[in-house]
Amino acid sequence: MYEVSREKIREFAEAIGDPNPLFVDVEAARAAGYPDVIAPPTFTTIVNLAAINRIVSDPELGLDYSRMVHGDQRFTYHRPLVAGDQLVVTSYVDNIMSRAGNDFITLRAEIADANGDPVVTAKAQLVVRDAEEADE
Amino acid sequence: MSTPQVGDTLPTIEVTLTRADLVRYAGASLDFNPIHWNERFAREVGLPDVIAHGMLTMAIAARIVSDWDGELLDYSARFTRPVVVPDDDKGALVEVSGKVGAVNDDGTVRIDLTAKFDGKTVLGKPVAVLRPRS
Repeated sequence: MYEVSREKIREFAEAIGDPNPLFVDVEAARAAGYPDVIAPPTFTTIVNLAAINRIVSDPELGLDYSRMVHGDQRFTYHRPLVAGDQLVVTSYVDNIMSRAGNDFITLRAEIADANGDPVVTAKAQLVVRDAEEADE
Repeated sequence: MSTPQVGDTLPTIEVTLTRADLVRYAGASLDFNPIHWNERFAREVGLPDVIAHGMLTMAIAARIVSDWDGELLDYSARFTRPVVVPDDDKGALVEVSGKVGAVNDDGTVRIDLTAKFDGKTVLGKPVAVLRPRS
């Protein structure tokens, strides 16, 4: 369970340089119809990345983390993420394939609230580069 | 932007990223991969220097639709080139632009983004889909 706090949203918004008041000003957010401040679009990278790290460090998969790069990322939003949300992440390995010595792993994180209702679906492709090719 | 038309352009954003910005983002996002702050480690794994988090570039690109009056439904991008951030006060300049790529039958709007560093795109097909507030 990850509890989304106003302070973490503020910290994240400042780190990405986004001055949108809906991320930091509770009154502005309420005036716009939200129950509390909302999170920037990529905020769930915090829980998504933790889920990714848990999977790629699984010794059974045998992935070389140091050769791994983030290939792509997609967020599908089911509703706005607001401060106070308690997030539960369920991760799926949707696909693993090997091509020309590189491994491609597609991970999906279904991020839901405390009621089990979907908030965000985060889909990432990770690429583990071929060790020999990378050393050339 | 009340009634978006295909081809409408959004105000561009220019962001300079320094090492300090990367450290700050690492803390905020809890992404402590050393390729984003440790030059020695970055070179060891074959990178030219420390590089920005792809997710930071993606977050910066999303700023272009941040004050759009509507709901963001979907946001995606591929990470095609690194933004190399030198150890100086100048940093790396990231330029983001965007235009309306489609107005769909269901009223949703597709924004096609472009993020450039050093004159080259660093995100592949960055796309945001929004539903304008009715």
